[in-house]
Amino acid sequence: MAAKNRKPRLAVWKFASCDGCQLSLLDCEDELLAVAGAVDIAYFLEATRGAVRGRYDLSLVEGSVTTASDAARIQDVRARSRTLVTIGACATAGGIQALRNWADVKEYASVVYARPDYIQTLATSTAIADHVAVDFELRGCPISKRQLLEVISAMLAGRRPVTPHHSVCIECKLKGNVCVMVAHGTPCLGPVTHAGCGAICPSYNRGCYGCYGPMETPNTLSLSDGLHKLGMDERGLMQVYRTFNANAGPFREESDRHDG
Amino acid sequence: MTVKTIKVDYLARVEGEGAIKVVVRDGAVESAEFRIFEPPRFFEALLRGRAFTEAPDITARICGICPVAYQMSTVHAMENALGLAVTGPLRDLRRLLYCGEWIESHALHIYMLHAPDFLGYDGAIDMARDHGDAVRRGLALKKVGNEILSLLGGREIHPINVRVGGFYRTPRRRELEPLAERLKWAREAALETVRWVAAFDFPDVERDYEFVALRHTDEYPFNEGRIVSSRGLDITAGEYEDHFEETHVERSTALHSHLRERGAYLVGPLARYSLNFDRLSRLAQDVARDVGLGPKCSNPYRSIVVRAVEVLYACDEALRIIDGYVEPDLPAVAAEPCAGTGCAATEAPRGLLYHRYRLDADGTIVEARIVPPTSQNQASIEEDLVSFIGGSLDLPEDALRHRCEQTVRNYDPCISCSTHFLQLEIDRG
Repeated sequence: MAAKNRKPRLAVWKFASCDGCQLSLLDCEDELLAVAGAVDIAYFLEATRGAVRGRYDLSLVEGSVTTASDAARIQDVRARSRTLVTIGACATAGGIQALRNWADVKEYASVVYARPDYIQTLATSTAIADHVAVDFELRGCPISKRQLLEVISAMLAGRRPVTPHHSVCIECKLKGNVCVMVAHGTPCLGPVTHAGCGAICPSYNRGCYGCYGPMETPNTLSLSDGLHKLGMDERGLMQVYRTFNANAGPFREESDRHDG
Repeated sequence: MTVKTIKVDYLARVEGEGAIKVVVRDGAVESAEFRIFEPPRFFEALLRGRAFTEAPDITARICGICPVAYQMSTVHAMENALGLAVTGPLRDLRRLLYCGEWIESHALHIYMLHAPDFLGYDGAIDMARDHGDAVRRGLALKKVGNEILSLLGGREIHPINVRVGGFYRTPRRRELEPLAERLKWAREAALETVRWVAAFDFPDVERDYEFVALRHTDEYPFNEGRIVSSRGLDITAGEYEDHFEETHVERSTALHSHLRERGAYLVGPLARYSLNFDRLSRLAQDVARDVGLGPKCSNPYRSIVVRAVEVLYACDEALRIIDGYVEPDLPAVAAEPCAGTGCAATEAPRGLLYHRYRLDADGTIVEARIVPPTSQNQASIEEDLVSFIGGSLDLPEDALRHRCEQTVRNYDPCISCSTHFLQLEIDRG
């Protein structure tokens, strides 16, 4: 627990990622100085060179584990954090870099680097929860800054964050969007994808591509059947689930079903 | 003989993970290394086998700070492969989206990442205690950039509305009008920003860089133009790989780029500005002259002033585009797959970003090549450290370490991008 008389210590950690989810905190232009007033930002390298060593009340972890040294570092972060929250698809599901889990990482390295022998990396990209206990997982590629503020407020108040578990479909209904799949025959992962973005893609006349990952108990079988009827072939079905949350259980299993 | 090593293990206020190591031998800088240890994510490998239509969503994930740059280089390279031309209002909207990213990314770097170096703070949040009005102005300016991204792109980070051929949905004129009001405020804030940063204390140094940037017949470059340099290079994006090569050094997970004939070169705001001053809006040119910035700038510490001038330009340009906007009939030009190779370079906030893709007949990506600005600047960053740190060796350890960090932050290095980047070590024995 944070000692009385001192502000809770916040740390932001980065593993393999694009920096976008931690940027979401700096993107809270109207709230950032208020957040900075409510917490002691003890470790946040993207924003400050001042670093307080020791223990943290709330750690926000961005990125996935792809190297042996990062696998050790996350243990240290866990040991020094009272509450650990993963932010985004990389930390929560392994990210787009988890596509290596279906490939030969040595071959990958040889495609990108002249001297693959200089590259030290693990064969897989894995979620933080595969390595340490995680207190809360915030979805999205990238996360929603509105949800991030909710998670920080809730964690500091000692309550459960209010982040709906339903599908993007419900968000479309709440916005009054016309269903892009029913009305236009546009393939859409909305029925199986976790809410949080505010149904942005259907609002822009495109199908959801699943960047918030699977909702709780998604009916991917039924959706794949519908996508097939719209003309999506097996390779398309395999790839449509295999993007930014490819290694999240329900998406991984459904994509594997179509990986002939 | 005395050898001293100055090290910064985790460089702060940059995007991603990197380190600096400077070796000082007998009172002179012997070598400087800018190491990138961001774990590799292998984008060029994982893009293979994916549909060309998926590429702008995937490459955006290389960088959360400049996703639009990745999307723009991707769609232009794909359109080059498919023989498509995107013109008129769709082309204008792409420039408008890029204006949004320049404003957001530059405002972040000027106010949150770089200004604290000049004013002596660890970060903008500490700086806000004494310079609250400036930090609030910076955040509000950044927010206007993000508002452009949200409206045109659907969201600030990893926009969802960019596709090969154009957009999924184009805005109505009435949606852009409130943005124009916000941009008029932002243009004034950008003017104040130029004057604010121009008054900082700058080390009086210059280097004879070979500047490399796009140059367009009548525009300050975002999406299109020839690749030109201050030493006579003048080529198309298709000729890029004939003149530039990447090498792999053991200390880094980023590749280093060199001009085959001449070695290190510099991309980014200094290069763009020095090669394209005459393409800036009249307002941006006048303000640059007012604050004492000539038509060419070779002092990397003054890059913060050049970025501020570019923010001013981006506000001006965004207003010009909105004023002339005519709603297009269709949101995109139809993109039919065919076999071919396409390349493109666009101007990311940090500099030239080159992409090349080879597609097979059904539009599947067979090969991808991506050269981000920070890997192109790595050699120049290391040469800056060797050139500029020598004069500061009598500084106390902390101040010297800080000067090294500031020298690297001049480049607004984006380490997440360049890995395919920082730790400071100064070795003095």
